[in-house]
Amino acid sequence: MTLLPRLLLGALLLTLAACTGGESNVSKGNREGILHYGNGSEPQGLDPHVVTGVPEHHVIQALFEGLTAKDPATLEPIPGVASSWEISEDGKTYVFHLNPEARWSNGDQVTAGDFVFSWQRALHPKMGNQYAYMLFPVVNAEAYARGRLPDFADVGVKALDDVTLEVHLNAPTPYFLQLMDHYSTFPVHPPTIEKFGEISTRFTPWTRVENMVNNGPFDLKEWNLNRHIIVEKSDTYWDRDKVKLNGIIYYPTENIVSEERMFRVGQLHYTQTVPLDKIPVYEGIENSPHVQSPYLGTYYYLINTTMEPVNDVRVRKALSMAIDRVKLNNTVLQKSRFPAYTITPPGTLGYQPPKLFEFDAEKARQYLADAGYPGGDGFPQLELIYNTQEDHRKIAVAIQQMWKDVLNIDVAIANQEWKVYLDNVTEMHFQIARRGWIGDYVDPNNFLDLFITDGGNNNTGFSDPRYDDLILKLAPEAKTREERFSLFHEAETLLMEQMPIIPIYTYTSNHLKHASVKGMPSNLMDYINFRYVWLDPNETDAAPVED
Amino acid sequence: MWRFISLRLLQAVPVILAVITVTFFLVRVAPGGPFDSEKAVLPEVKAALEAQYRLDRPLFEQYFAYLGDLAQGDFGPSFKYPGRSVNELIAAGLPVTAELGLYSLLVAVIIGGIAGVFAAIKPNTAQDYIPMTAAMIGICMPSFLLGPLLVLVFGIYLDWLPVSGWGDIPGDKLLPSITLGSAYAAYIARLSRAGMLEVLSQDYIRTARAKGLPEWQVVVKHGLRGGMIPVVAYLGPAFAGLLAGSFVVETIFQIPGLGRFYVQAAFNRDYTMILGTTVFLSTLIVLFNLASDVLAAWMNPRLRAQFGGK
Amino acid sequence: MTSEIISDITEAEQGTSLWKDAWLRLRKNHLAIVGLVLLVALIIIALLTPWIAPYSYETQNLELGATPPSAQHWLGTDIFGRDLMTQIMYGGRVSLAVGFVATSVALLIGVTWGAIAGYVGGRVDAVMMRLVDIMYALPFMIFIVLLMVVFGRNMLLLFLAIGAVEWLTMARIMRSQVQSLRQQEFVEAAISLGLSPGKIIVRHLIPNALGPIIVYTTLTIPAVMLLEAFLSFLGLGIQPPKTSWGLLISYGAETMEEFPWLLIFPGLALSITLFSLNFLGDGLRDALDVRRSKD
Repeated sequence: MTLLPRLLLGALLLTLAACTGGESNVSKGNREGILHYGNGSEPQGLDPHVVTGVPEHHVIQALFEGLTAKDPATLEPIPGVASSWEISEDGKTYVFHLNPEARWSNGDQVTAGDFVFSWQRALHPKMGNQYAYMLFPVVNAEAYARGRLPDFADVGVKALDDVTLEVHLNAPTPYFLQLMDHYSTFPVHPPTIEKFGEISTRFTPWTRVENMVNNGPFDLKEWNLNRHIIVEKSDTYWDRDKVKLNGIIYYPTENIVSEERMFRVGQLHYTQTVPLDKIPVYEGIENSPHVQSPYLGTYYYLINTTMEPVNDVRVRKALSMAIDRVKLNNTVLQKSRFPAYTITPPGTLGYQPPKLFEFDAEKARQYLADAGYPGGDGFPQLELIYNTQEDHRKIAVAIQQMWKDVLNIDVAIANQEWKVYLDNVTEMHFQIARRGWIGDYVDPNNFLDLFITDGGNNNTGFSDPRYDDLILKLAPEAKTREERFSLFHEAETLLMEQMPIIPIYTYTSNHLKHASVKGMPSNLMDYINFRYVWLDPNETDAAPVED
Repeated sequence: MWRFISLRLLQAVPVILAVITVTFFLVRVAPGGPFDSEKAVLPEVKAALEAQYRLDRPLFEQYFAYLGDLAQGDFGPSFKYPGRSVNELIAAGLPVTAELGLYSLLVAVIIGGIAGVFAAIKPNTAQDYIPMTAAMIGICMPSFLLGPLLVLVFGIYLDWLPVSGWGDIPGDKLLPSITLGSAYAAYIARLSRAGMLEVLSQDYIRTARAKGLPEWQVVVKHGLRGGMIPVVAYLGPAFAGLLAGSFVVETIFQIPGLGRFYVQAAFNRDYTMILGTTVFLSTLIVLFNLASDVLAAWMNPRLRAQFGGK
Repeated sequence: MTSEIISDITEAEQGTSLWKDAWLRLRKNHLAIVGLVLLVALIIIALLTPWIAPYSYETQNLELGATPPSAQHWLGTDIFGRDLMTQIMYGGRVSLAVGFVATSVALLIGVTWGAIAGYVGGRVDAVMMRLVDIMYALPFMIFIVLLMVVFGRNMLLLFLAIGAVEWLTMARIMRSQVQSLRQQEFVEAAISLGLSPGKIIVRHLIPNALGPIIVYTTLTIPAVMLLEAFLSFLGLGIQPPKTSWGLLISYGAETMEEFPWLLIFPGLALSITLFSLNFLGDGLRDALDVRRSKD
């Protein structure tokens, strides 16, 4: 018995000896100008024409630069590689004037020809770029990407000289400049790409630290898989004098509970998200590091309109009206979202979607009775599926009970492993399924074109010729913003009268941000322009500790 | 003995081939594919992607092509991490998980073994109940609970140790190793106690005691070898469990190990990665099971005589 | 020596007296009896839950939210304002069922498999154990996903799937036990007496290997309960609003700082069960130990 306590004591001493007591990442980072950034998960890769996710976006945003960038406060386009641009009268021709000072990290000039090469790569039918559609507003781009047009010379992008790029569009596309800041339209360095393979080779090691040539405000310094990615300030970037950070360290913080704890002990300046139950805790402290802002995305339930009993619009309306979104938000969601009644987030580029209904228990019961199930009698089996995630579960459990209380119906809920869920949604093997859509660019079109007939993301069976006309034909030809928005308004009214989806809430972005982090204003796209971010070493107060 | 080992190694070849075959077809019938994503993918894009990974060929052709690559030591390209090979990903994750596993097993064997032996020497006394109660707590504490709890106490309230990472900040390897090792320490404590009790009641122990040998000598010299057989038999499977279990610990502490790759590959339907990690791990498991069988046989005097005789 | 072997055999032949003896010995072990009583009580509570639970397990009170223990809710409420005691009672039904059924499946397959492999030895042993190796190596997650997809989600299948995974280690342990027992004189004597292999396995090998098996069983039950939680958490097990102790604990672990009672009480329920099992297991092990009973 004497040995055991001695061993335990030894282990304890070992623990104590291992204690760091050292400086936290945050205070060290503030001194050195290094941002410690919680990036959600490990990026799949860093090739702008291959990857698809948000964590990839955050790193690529620091390494590369497109024709335009965005003002982080207003999201208005600001100069990127292009220092100015002209748009023709009819809105179909764009001429970009490239900054002659723009440089690749090896010193080469960034030319208009590099963009032509890069867009060909992004659209190449063999490339398998999942975001190729971002360039589809360009004349013939879609035909080329789908392999129906062999010659890229017929696609509407031309280098007039080294610093002038001309782009022809199919239709006036008010959001086209925004697309120029999406990584799928970013330039890559042609000699580097060709050094490691052909233009359409997907797997080459050109993005590795030792090979990468990039044109953004930061250069890749270290890429330690699943551990961290380190970028440091570039000395070839044209606007390098404005860049204040010396570097950024990205951490793959998949586990959000761990991420919050890393922030609390000063291992991170910034977290990608905040666990729901921690929000009231952080809201309760002074100078809260919690920053919350509306986010361009809608959380909703998809309804398979081809399946009993939800093929009846009255049942769909009953289900939707029986959900008390305000109560849901105030309780389970910790007041951290905005109740939604439409697919387009209100205020998207000034557009106000129609609000056709709200929580109304009486009306919901009436609709259900009209559909032939008074008081929920004889209501057939109904199942709601969602992919495995804590927050989805909480919402589903609460809504399940609301349906029981208001309509007296038993809806089964089932969580499914991600790929099983995706498979069921695309194959339409479900009755009701949870879904979220985050906008790629700020325009109602990005939400409303989800529900065109047989659209890849429709998944509801909803089909309305008038709706298709409005979105595909009439809106693109609209002369003014008002006219365009009124067409969208008509389309969205059509949609919500049929209710193939049940909107639940409008997303918000939630982060923990240390007081020393400056130049990172909140915005609708959760967009960060690392060019303008800086650290104020005077704000040294450690991350606030609870109790 | 050598014949036994080489025979078993020979038997391992069909085992691994069977694992490859079953896994290969198993992952293909699982719903969902590697390129399914939340945003719909153009059919042309999907076809291009499938062509890049040979998925457009007949399944059997793919199977033999895979075996061909494998014979040359090539696990193929990863689906989830384009531009990286599975070999590279395994090479990146393995040292970390191996180190974590080693420390955890060390924690488990030392703490569990000692507690179990002490308990068995004086069964049904405080010397038995206290370590066994501690062991039971260890078993009821799943790592998804113990890990965050340890982090909360040592990382946040006491602020002694880092809350996550591996090899970045000094001391960050301690909590993960303890978290992963403790459950196994508890198992080993229980198994070694039972094993020791069994042995200590045997005749030859009674003979040794009757000869007047000091108790510790009886326990260490005569008891330990026999009493540890169940523990040793358990070590092989424990290693397999450790790799599966390391997923949870690696997630909690954000450790860049193989366990995370292994489980996530299944979720991502990263076919080559699933196969690569499975083949790799099954080889390791077969080897470890063999090692623990050999060890158990060596520790069992009768079986040893049999081996020696052959 | 020989007389002892003979008496061993005759004692085992008279199965009833072995169990009677064991029961008599078990009764003297107070801790084991406490464990047994607690376990029986838990099982009775689980069986009667639909009639004795203080609240309905799915009725929510969202405005109430998570509250600490109070006069109305003795163990507090969860984030949906549901009574935690009710949740634990219903969760116990699932956890106990999974624990016992899946472990029984594992025990049945594992012990039989291991005993046959260990007893017959040679080529049969090699083939059987290589099959175990193959099963060990298969990606478990894919396996479960497939099962759920092919057969749909159902509790019985979950039990079987878990049992189908847990028997592997049981088989290895049993085999190594049998291998060492097989060399002992009393087994050789039984063989020479012309008893059939089946009888030898059932009457001599299994009873004598019971110690480690019982211990491993008491270890398997909690492992199985936690595995169920893990699978359910991933969406491969039981579905809300149904719950289990493992699930309650994993939810509680996420909010252990804000709402500690959501972790403590389900944890306590699981711990009590495991301690009872443990003491009962040890008691049984000692009571069934044929050789030691000679002392």
